[in-house]
Amino acid sequence: MARRGDTGSASTDTVRFVLDGEVISLKNPDPTRTLLQFLREDLARTGTKEGCAEGDCGACTVVIAERNGDDLSLRAINACIRFLPALDGKELFTVESLARDGSLHPVQQAMVENHGSQCGFCTPGFVMSLFALYKNPAFDAARRPVRRDIDDALAGNLCRCTGYRPIIAAAGAMYDAGGNDWLRAPGASVPAPPERLAMLADIERDGTLDLAAAGRRYTAPVSLAVLADILAERPEATLLAGGTDIGLWVTKQHRDLADLVYLGDVRELRRIEDSGSHLEIGAAVSLTEATAAIMERYPALAEMFARFASPPIRNAGTLCGNVANGSPIGDSMPALMVLDATVLLRSAAGVREVGLDAFYIDYGVKALRPGEFVEAVQIPHAPASSLLRCYKISKRFDQDISAVCGAFRIDIDGGRVAAARVAFGGMAATVRRARACEDALVGEDWNKDTLDAACAALAADFEPISDMRASAAYRLRVAQNLLRRMFVETTGAGQTTVYTYGRTA
Amino acid sequence: MDAPRKASVSRRAVGRALPHDSATLHVAGQATYTDDLPEPRGLLHLAVGMSARAHARVRSIDLDPVRRAAGVRDVLLPGDIPGPNRFGPIVEDEPLLADGEACYAGHALFAVAAATADAARRAARLAVIEYEELPAVLTIPDAVAAGAFVLPSEELSRGDAAGAMAAAPHRLARRVECGGQDQFYLEGHIALAVPEENDGLRVYSSTQHPDEVQTAVSHACALSAKDVVVICRRMGGAFGGKESQAALIACLAALMARKTGRPCKLRLDRDDDMVMTGKRHDFVIDYDAGYDDTGRLVGVDFTLASRCGISADLSGPVNDRAMFHCDNAYFLENVHITSHRCRTNTVSNTAFRGFGGPQGMFGIEYLLDDVARDLGIDPLDVRRRNLYGKDTRNVTHYGQEVSDFTAPQIIEQLAADADYAGRRRAIRDWNAASPVLKRGIALTPVKFGISFTSTLLNQAGALVHVYKDGTVRLNHGGTEMGQGLYIKVAQVVADEFGVGIDAVRVTAADTSKVPNASATAASSGSDMNGKAAQKAARRIRKRLEAVACRHFGVREGDVSFADGRVTAGAETLTFAELVRLAWADRVSLSATGYYRTPKIHYDRATFSGRPFFYFACGAAVSEVVVDTLTGEHRLLRVDILHDCGDSLNPAVDLGQIEGGFVQGAGWLTSEELRWNAAGELTTHAPSTYKIPVCSDLAPDFRVAMLTKAANAEKTIFRSKAVGEPPLMLALSVFFALRDAIASDANPKPPLMAPATPEAVLRALGELGDA
Repeated sequence: MARRGDTGSASTDTVRFVLDGEVISLKNPDPTRTLLQFLREDLARTGTKEGCAEGDCGACTVVIAERNGDDLSLRAINACIRFLPALDGKELFTVESLARDGSLHPVQQAMVENHGSQCGFCTPGFVMSLFALYKNPAFDAARRPVRRDIDDALAGNLCRCTGYRPIIAAAGAMYDAGGNDWLRAPGASVPAPPERLAMLADIERDGTLDLAAAGRRYTAPVSLAVLADILAERPEATLLAGGTDIGLWVTKQHRDLADLVYLGDVRELRRIEDSGSHLEIGAAVSLTEATAAIMERYPALAEMFARFASPPIRNAGTLCGNVANGSPIGDSMPALMVLDATVLLRSAAGVREVGLDAFYIDYGVKALRPGEFVEAVQIPHAPASSLLRCYKISKRFDQDISAVCGAFRIDIDGGRVAAARVAFGGMAATVRRARACEDALVGEDWNKDTLDAACAALAADFEPISDMRASAAYRLRVAQNLLRRMFVETTGAGQTTVYTYGRTA
Repeated sequence: MDAPRKASVSRRAVGRALPHDSATLHVAGQATYTDDLPEPRGLLHLAVGMSARAHARVRSIDLDPVRRAAGVRDVLLPGDIPGPNRFGPIVEDEPLLADGEACYAGHALFAVAAATADAARRAARLAVIEYEELPAVLTIPDAVAAGAFVLPSEELSRGDAAGAMAAAPHRLARRVECGGQDQFYLEGHIALAVPEENDGLRVYSSTQHPDEVQTAVSHACALSAKDVVVICRRMGGAFGGKESQAALIACLAALMARKTGRPCKLRLDRDDDMVMTGKRHDFVIDYDAGYDDTGRLVGVDFTLASRCGISADLSGPVNDRAMFHCDNAYFLENVHITSHRCRTNTVSNTAFRGFGGPQGMFGIEYLLDDVARDLGIDPLDVRRRNLYGKDTRNVTHYGQEVSDFTAPQIIEQLAADADYAGRRRAIRDWNAASPVLKRGIALTPVKFGISFTSTLLNQAGALVHVYKDGTVRLNHGGTEMGQGLYIKVAQVVADEFGVGIDAVRVTAADTSKVPNASATAASSGSDMNGKAAQKAARRIRKRLEAVACRHFGVREGDVSFADGRVTAGAETLTFAELVRLAWADRVSLSATGYYRTPKIHYDRATFSGRPFFYFACGAAVSEVVVDTLTGEHRLLRVDILHDCGDSLNPAVDLGQIEGGFVQGAGWLTSEELRWNAAGELTTHAPSTYKIPVCSDLAPDFRVAMLTKAANAEKTIFRSKAVGEPPLMLALSVFFALRDAIASDANPKPPLMAPATPEAVLRALGELGDA
């Protein structure tokens, strides 16, 4: 089934990935079989656990590696919601991979020495997240992760026994622990063994992966043109990227996904480009990479992105997936909306650009035509003088779904509000702008009276619902108070949030 | 032992901070949990079909679509149960499968067996069920108003509370609420039932109480206890949630195994687990109290009403314990307590670390906080003034003398070490200059009674084998859920024989090895199983000493065991060599040990006696910061001083203190169970139910154990139980939050638990409905 743009390579019906130095080849596996099911049920590799089957507890954390020049780039993901075919071309590490020659890996050794396990059920997941941290090129024995780095790295792992103190201690001690670090010594300068890179090069694919099993089809092209063709042919297909939501359709809702098209291997969609006037992020770019690029330009968004889901989810999920999914509580969209982001919508017929604030029509309804998909998000550069803030409110600081997420961008000119963009998630059926609030701000002095009027206007903008995350009354009051927080912060009154209070960088 | 130790036994393992016995297995992914066992041939997987209504008559269940679904082998309905269709740890008042009437949303109606877990779960959703809705009672106040109780209400009083309150210089009353809590063990409920020949059944169950599972399975299957073996090597957490609740899971697997003749496994999906298994009871507490100018209570009336759900389960002893612990560390001279055990159309609530104690303490601590704020004095001073005395004011409201009461010493040492007073002043000043962020601080103590309040449960057994090579296989009735019981008991046994810890292998709890064991619960695991195992080991050691005396012509006192060697007078040989001599002499190298907790007695009819062998104490200081615009808050610093007696294993005990505290902080802050108007639990997964994560640990977290703290009672090596008490140290977090948001305008903010950001904003009066 050679297709245009496939550089002449034939398609394949075999998924290949590396595990413990061997290539695993699976001909036509069930496309929605999860990696966790495969490990536990097919390989009887039971070290990786199921705690929730929805990517929220981290007991199933594994690490996947991809070639990155002459080095391996490692990242933790949740095996419970990863479809097996999306392992194609990668190297997989599970908790069983780490100990070698009768000796524990340093992260394992540090966990033992610091009494980091009690019941032990979450432990394999913590070990793998710590392994990913240990291999993060930003850290080594000389540049150790501080508490904040450790919290961030472990935000996707729940432990119910220890209270985390000994695990944090293990993360601090892992560079000193004995044990066998067979993959390479700590430190970014030591590349991965060439034979590992060679194995990955061997299984790299130029053609489309096309699977049929259990009445389901799964197609993973490597070029944009082929992707557009496939979707023109199969407009009802479910488009799969990170699978951090679609995975749950299968594990929790038991939906039968008969036709999946995976875009994660499409090379053109892995781009992050700065054109000089805007930042463009392709549909296959993970949230980890995308948010890093955005935060570099807009440090004010750093806390929100650090609290966005968890590292394994951000490593798998994509920014465009978050946008295309269009959940009313999607955390990327309020900030993107106030930055005037647009989405590039591609189909076999071509490309069109739609403003993000026009993309969401109603709950579950988007300005997306049949056969069309989100190719990229474009974020125009905002002037450095813009006051930009984004606040997330949830019951828990890390890895929680927002009750309210508010983004604010205000341009002040001579003490007056020249332009105001305010957007909220969690306040309506879609993420959307608060037009009445914006109108109350624009043209007015940036002062307390204007603030009061703008807060009052928010009550006209939104009629939020009450649910398990928050009541309507709380949502509205907090939305107003977040604008007040922004005012306090940007008028030099020195207000900080409780999360930054007393916290050293 | 406990009496001064004999010189013949070394103490090399006990008291050392050895790693958890499975630590290396845990980190390598090699520790085997029930779902990791090799699956037997022909295994079927189960899923449970549940009621979608909170209360309804089930008019019809059409399971034909379920039976026809891919991979399905069989279904199980109430009529398929050979024994009685009811179970329960104390009163058998709950059906295994609802028969005709569904009493909560999630009530098990049927089970389906299929070739894979996925197929079974898909099929279970295909049932066509017709309901006729019945009125549902969903809240505690509604249940009280309707007189809907699973057990009779209880009263306990001392002195004349009403009279004392009427005569008191000050008086206040309030209703407070604390939410429930899901155990959220990382490993969900699971059981694997394997049929064996001649009507035998082997059940691998993730349970804290294999004996109860054995009883429930044998009843349900109309078998005898001798026919059913229940085994549990370890659980991936339990926290009380696998005490009584494991029985239903195991029974369904066993019943289907009996029906199909095939091995059957039931592993609950996380959402199903949270919907259909019990949790910590939420409480509504009304108090009315009279007190003097110094804040000393003179009379108190408590009404404790809890959500028990549809059946009694463990609600009787949970609520009894709440009544016992609504004094916490304080002398209540005149007190009257009413306890309502409310029947609601929600899942039947059950044990959770603390077992009613946390809720009882929540009430008294709230009251004392109110008294202090009413009088404008430091809450710590009010707490001090109400503490139990040493020689007077030292008897609880249920008649137990409070002795070896370390709380006052702990409080003073902790207040000094943590500079409570200085920081409290600094916080006052800081808050005066900070309009939005407010900090708060609180010190709260814990006094927790150790023993099952049901005296008969305070017994334990152990079985120890010594093999010819000098290694030891240890079994006892306790289960390992992560709390470190197995390493602690192994340490005891290793020292008894003077061998290294590696010479002792701990084995799975197994009803065929130690019968009739109590649940591993009530913090009593190490106390009871440690003693039982010590007695078993000691019996063998005595025999070995006799062998040594015969062979080497020495007297008993001249034989000593240490470092894997035995010294008999001038002779030294390895432990294994002595064991071989004993074997050749035809001396038994196997023994059981049995222990029953001494001194306790208790008359439930009058709520009086000595239900507890001793009390475990601790205290914590917590400091928080609150954003008064959003209600968000963060724990900044925690100082804990806790009494573990002479710790058997300081690393394990430290883990219990830290983990218990964080779990308690979760209960009181971020963990919120919510039911909708239809009675459905809407927080049934980690996406919606938020236990603490790494970043929730206070950046400054200082935990110490009381030193020179040997238990006055003759517990195992004078240690003290530590499983549950530290959870309640987290009350300091809640009252620090209340301290932070209290102001001149709002001196006694009506903060309820869990103190979510929304609850904080509501207590601040920001939501208009406070």
